[in-house]
Amino acid sequence: MEVDVMKKIPVREQDPKVRATNFEEVCLGYNKEEAEAEASRCLNCKNPRCVEGCPVSIQIPQFIQAVKDGDVAEAYRVIGESSSLPAICGRVCPQETQCEGKCVRGIKGEAVAIGKLERYVADTAREMGIHPTPPKEKNGKRVAVIGSGPAGLTCAGDLAKMGYDVTIFEALHEAGGVLTYGIPEFRLPKERVVQKEIDNVKALGVKIETDVVVGKSVKIDELMKKEGFSAVFVGSGAGLPKFMNIPGEQALGVFSANEFLTRSNLMKAFSPDSSTPIMRPKKAVIVGGGNVAMDAARTALRMGAEVHVVYRRSEAELPARVEEVHHAKEEGVIFDLLTNPIEILSNEEGWVSGIRCIRMELGEPDESGRRSPVAVEGSEFEIECDAVIMSLGTSPNPLIASTTEGLDVNRRGCIVADEANGKSSKDGVYAGGDAVTGAATVILAMGAGKAGAKGIDEYINA
Amino acid sequence: MFQILEKHVLTEAPVIFQMIVEAPRVAASCEPGQFLIVRADAEGERVPLTICDYDREKGTVEIVVQVIGAETDKMSRLNVGDSFADVVGPLGRPSDLIEEDIEELKKKKILFVAGGVGTAPVYPQAKWLHDHGVTPDVIIGAKNKDLVILEDKFKSVCNLTITTDDGSYGRSGMVTVAIQDLWNEGVRWDHCVAIGPMIMMKFVCKLTKELGIPTVVSMNPIMVDGTGMCGACRLMVDGKVKFACVDGPEFDGHLVDFDQAMSRMKLYKTEEGRLFLKEQEGDTHHGNCGNA
Repeated sequence: MEVDVMKKIPVREQDPKVRATNFEEVCLGYNKEEAEAEASRCLNCKNPRCVEGCPVSIQIPQFIQAVKDGDVAEAYRVIGESSSLPAICGRVCPQETQCEGKCVRGIKGEAVAIGKLERYVADTAREMGIHPTPPKEKNGKRVAVIGSGPAGLTCAGDLAKMGYDVTIFEALHEAGGVLTYGIPEFRLPKERVVQKEIDNVKALGVKIETDVVVGKSVKIDELMKKEGFSAVFVGSGAGLPKFMNIPGEQALGVFSANEFLTRSNLMKAFSPDSSTPIMRPKKAVIVGGGNVAMDAARTALRMGAEVHVVYRRSEAELPARVEEVHHAKEEGVIFDLLTNPIEILSNEEGWVSGIRCIRMELGEPDESGRRSPVAVEGSEFEIECDAVIMSLGTSPNPLIASTTEGLDVNRRGCIVADEANGKSSKDGVYAGGDAVTGAATVILAMGAGKAGAKGIDEYINA
Repeated sequence: MFQILEKHVLTEAPVIFQMIVEAPRVAASCEPGQFLIVRADAEGERVPLTICDYDREKGTVEIVVQVIGAETDKMSRLNVGDSFADVVGPLGRPSDLIEEDIEELKKKKILFVAGGVGTAPVYPQAKWLHDHGVTPDVIIGAKNKDLVILEDKFKSVCNLTITTDDGSYGRSGMVTVAIQDLWNEGVRWDHCVAIGPMIMMKFVCKLTKELGIPTVVSMNPIMVDGTGMCGACRLMVDGKVKFACVDGPEFDGHLVDFDQAMSRMKLYKTEEGRLFLKEQEGDTHHGNCGNA
């Protein structure tokens, strides 16, 4: 295979026109030849900046070297030292701002496709039947992990590797958290990838009890005092969806992205065989510009809708990953930028009939450093639509904090925890992920899960 | 897990059935006013249901379900020895009543108004009060004699009044008529809790507002996860967006926007109805009734 060292080996994808009508995975990944060719572009730097860019510090040049050598088992072992969920990270991490963003190759040409290589290793290892090995010795100490999303799974996996007896408590009927209810099938296949990664964590000895809403079914104090857990990690994720508080938001056909995606992903409404009711809009307006907005937009598109993403800033400020925006555009999602909704219109029966917006222009930078949008007076206009999906982020779920004495939250309602070790204000309780930071990414949650595992290990051995 | 230990059919048309289900975590921690979510099987929907009773020692909960669609129909076909795929809870906040000072409660005259299958969640509240030395008044409303449920359970924990729309049992007329009549007879209440169909709660609240009785209602909107994640159960209370699953299910009935809440219930009606027909009638149902 010919390699231009300045350029990434292109990854095969489903044709945009075809994939816009199905829920199969968009990216098809590298085969052996492509992966080894891409791996050959790695300079194996003495001072690997990519590792600094990785929130879980995977020894990247080392695993890529193993790929070059054709030794996938070794590559998988190297990644496994740092990450319990490589097939997932390889797919949904924002590599362009992390490992690949720091890659020396990227200075003059394109960075090494570290994410796609990680995915290749994880997928190939799975096909070869390679699983992580449980520790030989158990230490007999029990740890409870609340939530089976990326933070919880990572924390549980790491603790199990250290010999702890770990039980994850999951509120929903299926494990995986946002990996299961939030991220769609076409970006992260559930049975083939998510379930297998969860099985790998279970193979380390981790138990998962579903249908337990900690704070309601059982309180943290009860887990520690009555059920014999020495420490607890809270990775309960983000919470209540935000709405805009504009007129008409209670109309029929206004959904939070969480509801729309949960119905489609967790409850499988995307599949024609499912009995889950979901509205299949003809023309949907998605409000927001993050990764969740892109997921909602591309899901609605695949259900047959014309889809508009309405975002109040310009393209440069879109918080979504560049790759997601690119994919959405390729598939036919229309972006109405510098546009802000002011009212949702509905017909006599209460169903959404349109959305009234106002044009925006960028003014002075605000506290986030982004130029803040300012309304252009007199520029109101209407977009006809039958569904509006609000994707404006979430505010923390009060369930755990409000039922756990001594667990402090900050002004925004997020659990206060030390970034380095996840330590909260309550003895023996550690926390990380969206429950601490507010809505962020899978990999940051994994990083926090990792830190929490380390913190809990130090606490128990102190 | 979640095995069905007892099953009784309470009414035939519509079908309302009662089940005692093994659910130790829910039974250990549920309080009056809370609800749970059940899935009949691995492909099932998450259906929010009320808790009618619980036994902490046996680790069981009692549910009362009315068949209204495909999922509840599926549940009605489960029998003793079968298991639900999932029972999760308790969800929502417990009733404010159980947080109040018992001595203060004893001074109050409390009225529960129960309609249809909404009679079930009233029971644990009435029982809790009775166990704490307060005997409440309960009005159960039903269309006719055959649809009055749980009468024997209630008799031992409250002063029970039954009213039927057609007068076939107890008093005659809707629950609002019974409230007004009792009021006219000189009965005075300090607090009212109304649980039943939204339309009933709306009219009870209209009346109690006129009579000046503070009234709490228990809302049962569309829900997916029931833990504050999806926002489907949002409703307007005093002009503010509230989530029934985490802020409720109980709200000040005089501040709830019932018309909007009822409108939102239409959301999946056609979707669900279509599916129910498909399952009931199988291939004979082509979805274009009479036009084929």
